Amino acid sequence: MILIWLIMVPTAGGLLAWLLGRRHAGWPKWVALVTLVIDLSLGAGLAAQCFGEMGITLGGPWLVRIQLSWIPELGISFFLAADGLSLVLVLLTGFLGIIAVASSWIEIKERTGFFYFNLLWVLAGITGVFLALDLFLFYFFWEMMLIPMYFIIVIWGHENQVYAATKFFLFTQISGLLMLVSILGLYFIHAHNTGVYTFNYLQLLSTHLRPTTAMWLMLGFLIAFVVKLPAVPFHSWLPDAHTEAPTAGSVILAGLLLKTGAYGLLRFVVPLFPSAAFVFAPVAMVLGVVAILYGALLAFAQTDLKRLVAYTSVSHMGFVLLGVFAWNRLALQGVVMQIICHGISTGALFFLVGALQERLHTRDLNRMGGLWSAMPRMGGSAMVFALASLGLPGLGNFVGEFLVLLGTYRANIPMAVLASLGLIGSTVYSLWIMQRTFHGPMKEDWKPVDLSIRETAVMGAMIAMIVWLGIFPQPVFTFVRPSLEKLEQITDLADSIRRIDRLETAVFLSTTGAPAGFQREDHP
Amino acid sequence: MLECLWLIPALPFAGFLVLSLAGRRLSHRAIALVGAGSIGLSAAVAGMVALGFIAAPPRGHAFTQTLWIWLDTAQFRPAVAFYLDPLSLVMILVVTFVGFLIHLYSTEFMIREEGYSRFFAYMNLFIGFMLTLVLADNFLLLYMGWEGVGLCSYLLIGFWYEEPQNGYAARKAFIVTRFGDTAMAVGLFLIFTHLGTLQIQDTMLRARELWPAGSTLPTVAALLLLGGAVGKSAQLPLQTWLPDAMAGPSPVSALIHAATMVTAGVYLIARNHVLFSLAPAVLTLVAVVGAVTLLLAGFSALTQHDIKRVLAYSTISQIGYMFLALGVGAWSAAIFHFMIHAFFKALLFLGAGAIILALDYEHNMFKMGGLRRQLPVTFWTFLIASGALSAVPLVTAGFYSKDLIIWQAYASTRGGMWLWAAGIAGALLTSMYTFRMVILTFFGPPGMEVSRRPGWRMTLPMAVLAVLSLTAGFLDVPRSLGGIPVLSNFLKRALPAAISAGVRVGREGLFEAISGTVSLVGILLIYLFIRRIPRFTEKLVHSGAGAFLHRLWFAGWGFDLLYDRIVVHPYVWLARINRNDVIDRFYRWIAWINRLASCGLSRTQTGRIRSYALGITLGAVIILGLVVFL
Repeated sequence: MILIWLIMVPTAGGLLAWLLGRRHAGWPKWVALVTLVIDLSLGAGLAAQCFGEMGITLGGPWLVRIQLSWIPELGISFFLAADGLSLVLVLLTGFLGIIAVASSWIEIKERTGFFYFNLLWVLAGITGVFLALDLFLFYFFWEMMLIPMYFIIVIWGHENQVYAATKFFLFTQISGLLMLVSILGLYFIHAHNTGVYTFNYLQLLSTHLRPTTAMWLMLGFLIAFVVKLPAVPFHSWLPDAHTEAPTAGSVILAGLLLKTGAYGLLRFVVPLFPSAAFVFAPVAMVLGVVAILYGALLAFAQTDLKRLVAYTSVSHMGFVLLGVFAWNRLALQGVVMQIICHGISTGALFFLVGALQERLHTRDLNRMGGLWSAMPRMGGSAMVFALASLGLPGLGNFVGEFLVLLGTYRANIPMAVLASLGLIGSTVYSLWIMQRTFHGPMKEDWKPVDLSIRETAVMGAMIAMIVWLGIFPQPVFTFVRPSLEKLEQITDLADSIRRIDRLETAVFLSTTGAPAGFQREDHP
Repeated sequence: MLECLWLIPALPFAGFLVLSLAGRRLSHRAIALVGAGSIGLSAAVAGMVALGFIAAPPRGHAFTQTLWIWLDTAQFRPAVAFYLDPLSLVMILVVTFVGFLIHLYSTEFMIREEGYSRFFAYMNLFIGFMLTLVLADNFLLLYMGWEGVGLCSYLLIGFWYEEPQNGYAARKAFIVTRFGDTAMAVGLFLIFTHLGTLQIQDTMLRARELWPAGSTLPTVAALLLLGGAVGKSAQLPLQTWLPDAMAGPSPVSALIHAATMVTAGVYLIARNHVLFSLAPAVLTLVAVVGAVTLLLAGFSALTQHDIKRVLAYSTISQIGYMFLALGVGAWSAAIFHFMIHAFFKALLFLGAGAIILALDYEHNMFKMGGLRRQLPVTFWTFLIASGALSAVPLVTAGFYSKDLIIWQAYASTRGGMWLWAAGIAGALLTSMYTFRMVILTFFGPPGMEVSRRPGWRMTLPMAVLAVLSLTAGFLDVPRSLGGIPVLSNFLKRALPAAISAGVRVGREGLFEAISGTVSLVGILLIYLFIRRIPRFTEKLVHSGAGAFLHRLWFAGWGFDLLYDRIVVHPYVWLARINRNDVIDRFYRWIAWINRLASCGLSRTQTGRIRSYALGITLGAVIILGLVVFL
């Protein structure tokens, strides 16, 4: 039941905000804030309860589930379930949602009701994506994320908003449609095999597929997630969308929307099509490395601060793609960590960029400089997150990136070495951000005001989180471990018989499916 | 007593927290108290721990204190744990004690600076990370300390951030060392993948069991770790960042770029001596890198104008000596020299800082002169430190430490004539550039008026370091001179003793004598060149070959130029031309085709019934035709 509340609360809150917005422009933001605080508390309460009961997992990794029938004739049910991974991501959603509301507190002045309606519905959609286990329902929420975000960009965005919003919409919609084709394909093949028409994820997991079919279906899913991630060469929508969106939009785009792509890889692509994914893995790893290096190069070249930060997201998510397809436990744990920490650090960076833009009314790096003395608190916060971006140990991003690289090394040494060069690339752009905005001489006669109480509170919370995750990441790992169990079984298998021909492994995986009862070799 | 180990890094971190959060609201006195006090307390605790360790050594001469498990996933369980053995004990004593003296000095040096609390916050953070580095029980924690000191170095080099060149120097330092750090990270991946652990002592045990000496895996692993070490320690080929790092305040140069951070590479190699011993080829490389670097840097130091740049190149050169020692297997000699070097080099930088402050931020030695009367304390301490640097025989500590290395370069089974020759040539150069600096700055006609004299908070640390530069050498007096190698004995539990080739041992006395003579000859030579035959020296410097060499050495043998051409400019160029992302063009092209087609098709909406009728007819004909023919 609580899972339904997690989605319903923002949905209802959004409607309420829209209604109240007609009365008074100042109310919707309070409604939004309260709604999200309630949502986050629900999520936190659930997580705390589940964390306490960690030892007694009921039937596998699923901590909470609810299944209501919806359209039984077509096999569609309203099936929500949370395991460690989805719960952590739902918490992230609530947290970044509050940050997004805080960032638009004074930035959004027109049509506030409609804005918060869209914001809350995006968050509801994202929560739904993380919780849905019925593929039809999943697609429904996938689209539900899209449309309000389009409105956010197009109505409250900056100069080039129509172009950016349209591009964003087309990219994600088309890739989503390909995913729909795959979903339907899976649906029909399952029905053909077993006679049962169902969209239920758990039942579809054991569909027997021929290798070529599996590859095509997997590619359909993959394209949707890889566009969302985004991976090069499908990343083109990201810089425009992030740059032109209002701050709250950027925070949610970078912090959450990109993570849905990563989540999709972990939840759907690998478990549903293990053999096809395994065969595709080398290509995906190359794409990941390319994203890391190319993203870093592009970031360094930008003169628009927001665009620069947007490209850093491409680079960081390259680690995610690399980690998922490196096929071992260490890398997977690193991926989860990277997802969470990147959400926080990039969300914070966009928050700061938004705050900077409000004060200076420009994003042009060539005009900024020397702002530290006027705004030491902002400078200090930016420094912390620039350091997180470059992977400084002691902050959360390092843990994620290090684990991903450690895992990748086991799988493919050249890829790991090339990806490690990304550490140098990220240093270059992160220090460049600091130099251009806060250091150096002041180029124009700015008299900006330092962070307000609201902004300081937000930054304080985020810094505390990122430092906490850097020094005490273990709770996250423990919490998420059971959800990665299935993935780890699949990947352990591949890891231990890696010396055998790749094709044999793929065949083996496709015929045995879930390798229950198979003896795993123990690694030292 | 040993249980207090965690306090040693914790106190500086606490100092950092207090100063970064509340620094703006505190008075200068409070800031100085917190900033220097935290390090002072840390030094006191270190002293007590040391006493406890020496009086009642723990089992195996090693003590581990685990605070918490950092990560626990997939058989990867690095802990936040500290490891105390003779090696780390020596390191923490030097870091905290010299660190405290420098902090005390800074309370006066930085007093007029805006950002007083920021300075001490960063300095405390640095000490915290440095202590983490040397106390780390596993590679991951070491890596955290490693990156952390790099960060603080960046923050402090760029402390006066309004000047873009300071920011440039800071970024250069961070990025160049990042190359080394990345190599080291890959080395860590290798070690974990093949040995299954990152806990340092376990790694050494397993490496000895699993990896035969000289095989590929230990060689590659050692090579990668060496990559990290040369970055942090500013050795060839990653030495270019250190001279520019002099843009930071002098206490920063003293602490980070002389005494502590730059020696992290030396510590890394010493700590992993087992691994390096399994890769003799890499050890030889270490020695060669050390030897070449000490010579190259020595030549460069001879030509500089800026007093701090002389000291920077000197640091590069002296660390070259430490690498040389490590490479020939004289592990404790390297650590001994690290300790002595920390004392006299920090003193030299503090003295340079006093001079610079006194002359209103003038760095150019050629504008100075005759300062010995105006800044007497500075002069005498500087002179003592210079003597130690030049390894003036018997009286200075430098003699004992540096000449131990030079001797081992010859005597050790891994050493030889060439390495010894490099060491001796380097010693000659050292005396020459050091006393060139002394003569130009303190002797001769006065160049500038002194505006500020250092107070007790600056002169006391300098005096203490001067005393140490004279006396600390007696900790390890070689037997041939009738002494007891106390330090080497102490370190023997952690680091193996150098193995000397028997036949050469008997000549120790002779070689000591040669070293001593060379250092004195160097002083004499430079005195002659500058004082007695200045016109000849001038002509030499401006003649064809001389001028070329002078320019080459002044520019650090052209490495900056090289790296600019092959790394920096291509990267920046590539980034700039691709600013708008060539991949985006593809999507814009699709949009363009779309628009084109849309424009084309919209022309069919003519609004004229005739064309519509024509269209319908044509369509019908085509469809009928298809139906008929297919």
